[in-house]
Amino acid sequence: MTDWLGPEEWQAVRLSLKVSATAVAASLPLGLLCALALAKGRFPGRQLLNGLVHLPLILPPVVTGYLLLIAFSRQGPLGALLEPFGVSFAFRWTGAALAAAIMAFPLMVRPMRLAFEAVDPGLEQAAATLGASSFKVFATVTLPLALPGVVAGAILAFAKAMGEFGATITFVSNIPGETRTIPTAIYAFLQMPGGEGAALRLVAVSVALAMGALLASEWLSRRVARRVAA
Amino acid sequence: MIRIHVKKRLGAFDLDAMFEAPPGVIALFGRSGSGKTSVINAVAGLLRPDAGRVEIGGALLYDKAARVDVPVHRRRIGYVFQDARLFPHISVAKNLAYGGDHDRDRVIDMLGLPDLLDRRPVALSGGERQRVAIGRALMSHPRLLLMDEPLSALDAERKAEILPWLERLRDEAGLPILYVSHAASEVARLATTVVVMEAGAVKRVGAVSEVLSDPAAVGMIGAQEAGAVVYARIAGLDRIDGLTELALSGGRIVLPGRLGGLGTHLRLRISAQDVILSRERPVGLSALNILSAEVTALDEGPEGVAVGLRCGHDRLLARVTRRSARALRLEPGLQLWAIVKASAVAPQDVGGAA
Repeated sequence: MTDWLGPEEWQAVRLSLKVSATAVAASLPLGLLCALALAKGRFPGRQLLNGLVHLPLILPPVVTGYLLLIAFSRQGPLGALLEPFGVSFAFRWTGAALAAAIMAFPLMVRPMRLAFEAVDPGLEQAAATLGASSFKVFATVTLPLALPGVVAGAILAFAKAMGEFGATITFVSNIPGETRTIPTAIYAFLQMPGGEGAALRLVAVSVALAMGALLASEWLSRRVARRVAA
Repeated sequence: MIRIHVKKRLGAFDLDAMFEAPPGVIALFGRSGSGKTSVINAVAGLLRPDAGRVEIGGALLYDKAARVDVPVHRRRIGYVFQDARLFPHISVAKNLAYGGDHDRDRVIDMLGLPDLLDRRPVALSGGERQRVAIGRALMSHPRLLLMDEPLSALDAERKAEILPWLERLRDEAGLPILYVSHAASEVARLATTVVVMEAGAVKRVGAVSEVLSDPAAVGMIGAQEAGAVVYARIAGLDRIDGLTELALSGGRIVLPGRLGGLGTHLRLRISAQDVILSRERPVGLSALNILSAEVTALDEGPEGVAVGLRCGHDRLLARVTRRSARALRLEPGLQLWAIVKASAVAPQDVGGAA
């Protein structure tokens, strides 16, 4: 099995999994919060938030990547702010995770928002009359009932993060072992004479991972839906 | 005491309802759209009034002027919704325990829930769901229980199944209940105090036997629905003919069926359109129930005349056409005979006394 993929290719696969998992895990709390605010919140600026969340879906990825580069480079406003804390994104794998998280964010928020909207507000009111604070209502009623959508959002975001290319290569370039994820590796192999074999093998891995993620998401959300409804 | 004043503008609808009542079962009675549900939502804190005050047994929950607005989850108001609203993702036992486990064993026993505990809400019938919802509200140890037409989603059979539980609740739990209904029979059976609402305002407040037997209230209650509530004791059982003899303060009446053991106290609703009036004591009539009564009040409405009667210290209500009223020369103080058809009292109109 290990012979089947070269060390460089393995490196790209491992890095892609690490970047995507980090991106999903780190953006999940913010994703939940945004989905909840958009589904239930009534506040000024709600449409603005909605636009902001969806922006990465509309903008060309290269634009998002370039904006990240401006903001998070060592001299950039946010990069300079974070530098003293030892947090750095520019040309690091963490930067790839940040780019992937932002690009995947709309896909994460959308199913979560729909799931939160589908929770009957009457049940939340009932929980409140039984003495539950807003947080308890969320944790014991809203979230469990919306769980299939939350899981679907997380898996969709993971799949998107695995495939992110444009923003990643613009923001953090294509450094083997640091920022060379599967898509950027395929791109690099295709630029190299005799790299078609490696590219094809990574394409196969991509297809397998995507299929796996889809099946896992189907299975998980069906399991969760059964647990919630039965 | 329960003191409630709710002012709220809802689109074109103006709600301005004020009443106070002693603890017991307070029925908020009125047609659909008269503002009953908005009032109890304001009591629960689910609807914020524009102005007003909500005080339950000395606890101030809302007062616009004093800027008091206790959040929903700190009000300790149990709410039994029309559609039960059980949490679908957890078992009956966990639903019950959601708001606390006050008096757990007694509540589960009183509502007949032991066999349901392991089930999921989807596996319950409508009547079972309402019983679980009532138990869940009780176990949260509320200071007041709100019930929003808890029977309206149920068919007659399920209603008959759940009404006795509600009577037990009234008689055993000692908890004030604000009960929303548009069914006079439910109000007659359960309520101690009746608040009649119409177009967002309170038209009448009083004891159930007083309001329901008042001819002037017939217009608000609806001619078909009007009927007095009387208290009775089972004085005799006729097993051969399958009849029960009831002692009222003003005489005896006989009803078909077994309504309970000897000496049991009952309250029953006698529908106004099932009471016939006669100036002379009728003879040779198939109806067995003839009571001596005195006319106390008359109220002429578009559909006829409502006649208030005193019979012992019970009150009855009859409805006659205007022509009959003229022919009988009805006037307050007139002594006459009231004939109650034995089949006039529907089984669901007989309930335990309180």
